[in-house]
Amino acid sequence: MSASLEVEPGAAPESVLVTTDSFESFDHMSSSLEEIKNLNAVAENDESNMENSNHVENFDDITENVSLNNEEDDFVQSKEWAAKKKHIFVLSLAGKPIYSRYGNEDKLAWLFGVMQTLVSFVQANDDAIRSIHAGDTKFVFLIKKPLILVAVSRTHESVNQLCSQLNYVFNQIASVLTLTRLNKIYEQRQNYDLRRLLAGVERLIDHLLDFSEKEPSFTLGAVQCLSLASSVRDSISSAIVGACNKIKNLVFAILLANNKLITLVRMKKYCLHPADLHLIFNLVQASESLKTAESWTPLCLPRFDASGFLYGHVSYLAEDCQACLLLLTVERDVFFALSEAKQRIVEKLRRNNCLEAINESLSAKEDTCIVAGFPELRHYLYKCKSTAQFYQPSLSPPYTKCHERLTNLYKRAHQLLHCSTRPLKLLFEKNSDQAILAWDTRGFELYVVFEPLVDTNGAINSVGRLLNWIKKREEKLFHLNAPTF
Amino acid sequence: MKTIVGKVVVLGHQGVGKTSTVIRYVENSFSQHITPTVGASFFSCKLLVEDITVKLQIWDTAGQERFKAMAPMFYRNANAALIVFDITSTVSFESMQGWVVELTRNVESPMVLCVVGNKIDLAKNREVSRDDAIQYARSIGATYHECSAMHDQGVGLVFDDIARGLVRMSGSHNDHNLKVYDTENIDNIMANSSELEATDTGKEETVNLSISSIAHGNTVKPKCC
Repeated sequence: MSASLEVEPGAAPESVLVTTDSFESFDHMSSSLEEIKNLNAVAENDESNMENSNHVENFDDITENVSLNNEEDDFVQSKEWAAKKKHIFVLSLAGKPIYSRYGNEDKLAWLFGVMQTLVSFVQANDDAIRSIHAGDTKFVFLIKKPLILVAVSRTHESVNQLCSQLNYVFNQIASVLTLTRLNKIYEQRQNYDLRRLLAGVERLIDHLLDFSEKEPSFTLGAVQCLSLASSVRDSISSAIVGACNKIKNLVFAILLANNKLITLVRMKKYCLHPADLHLIFNLVQASESLKTAESWTPLCLPRFDASGFLYGHVSYLAEDCQACLLLLTVERDVFFALSEAKQRIVEKLRRNNCLEAINESLSAKEDTCIVAGFPELRHYLYKCKSTAQFYQPSLSPPYTKCHERLTNLYKRAHQLLHCSTRPLKLLFEKNSDQAILAWDTRGFELYVVFEPLVDTNGAINSVGRLLNWIKKREEKLFHLNAPTF
Repeated sequence: MKTIVGKVVVLGHQGVGKTSTVIRYVENSFSQHITPTVGASFFSCKLLVEDITVKLQIWDTAGQERFKAMAPMFYRNANAALIVFDITSTVSFESMQGWVVELTRNVESPMVLCVVGNKIDLAKNREVSRDDAIQYARSIGATYHECSAMHDQGVGLVFDDIARGLVRMSGSHNDHNLKVYDTENIDNIMANSSELEATDTGKEETVNLSISSIAHGNTVKPKCC
């Protein structure tokens, strides 16, 4: 099978997102923040700067909340707890509990002890434990100094996929504290109880885990854009550029709605990694409180720069348009300048009828495969590699009621295409429930679920037609321009 | 007619109801399931004290410890502080006292202080007695209010009290950094400043800055937040 298209749908010469494949780690600590600050040679005032004052005050452990009731005691010993499909734990290298997806971590101290012992036992031989397989249960370990993250899973996800999920959890923690501060804390005191600094973050981690299990964007390492006519998207971008281009040190302006990207304007030279954007989506979705007023929020984007915070002016566009605008800067005291810029953006968008266009697209669902003229298709994911964006149609039966089954199909196919030992380029599999075709080319990845009776020729024909269909609509489905300030 | 613009910072332990109190006042609504504030939220509202318009610029800060380092950004140059605790939690009462210590240590200009005990709808679980709270508030020169953001009891009084405090302060102290304008001129100034914004995009100052730098009345430190 060969692509009969010259350029794959959704490809663009320049991408708003970083498109490197490695999702695993950010070992090299880039110092984009420093660079931006130096670039503009801002006279920093000497008042306590958040990223520079990393001293940890008050090392005393939490003494409140020790009164745990028996209910929690019972829960972690119950069958219900043991029957959970996927547990996620976070602990310090010293074995101190930090997070458990289910149940109170304090009640699980013994379990954290076992995990820490396993890790340090293998470490003693200059080796690192990656995973343990017992029956259908996988125990996956990710050691990211100064933390240990563990997944205990009975789902069919691969070790790599579980590892990537653990990575996201680590990034979420780094995102609220910065990696620098996290390291410093444990340098100063190895058995620090990190939970006192993570109050309220459990909620974000819980949400992130649910989110990453449901959303194909995490598996694909890509984001979905809100379908908009390219002229509308461009005029939104230019409204943002117009209102912000004189504001120094503004790094990213991101407009999103309903887990979809509307536009992303960036400072020249800097790109956002999809993994960072996923954390932003998670924060916005998990924080209802952002809807009530304009917020000023410190935010570390670990793939962009794990050493420090960006400051974000976060607000929803208007009562009648629930799109969320984030203006991210390295300056910590420009709230009012950004607040004004936001007003100007909203006025401009209202004048150009862009708010209406956004609302229309939000309320109109994407086409289902049948509506788009592909009755033999049930659902598909198309990812354009060069822009790290993907598109999927609306769910249609039988998956409207069992979304999880579809997600699992995709995860399995993704894993077969990406396993490190024997990655497949093309996969076609049929059983009594459905047929699935997965195809990994240089430019794109495509996963298509068919009715079970489709034959090979029919499938290949449909895929050809589908790619043409997407190509025709690429300007609407993808964010092809990469506007800068 | 005079207009006073005051910066108010809301401080207190996590979960005591800072955001709920502010939202009850500004929007007159309440949500049982509000999520914790991330960083800080900004609200503004207007009150009338006798014939003086008081504009409050309210910074509602996050109570979680990890945001503590951000607090100076908001209490610096504040004219009033609303320090909230939860009457059903001794911990929150003690934590509030920590905030007061930090404020008095770091803020030199005079400030209207207002201690607020929230959640009186849960009075049956009360851990902090009214007398203790009043006594404490007196000891730091603050007023004391009890309220329930949920049942909308006493919230209005808190903000009235702050507005009155600011009016008093504008009349008595000389070293306060309140912004005071004559209303007849403020409209002109506003118009000028927005014209400036429209044509001269190179100017990166905020409206507040551009207003204060040309307003007459009391002088203002050229700094926001």
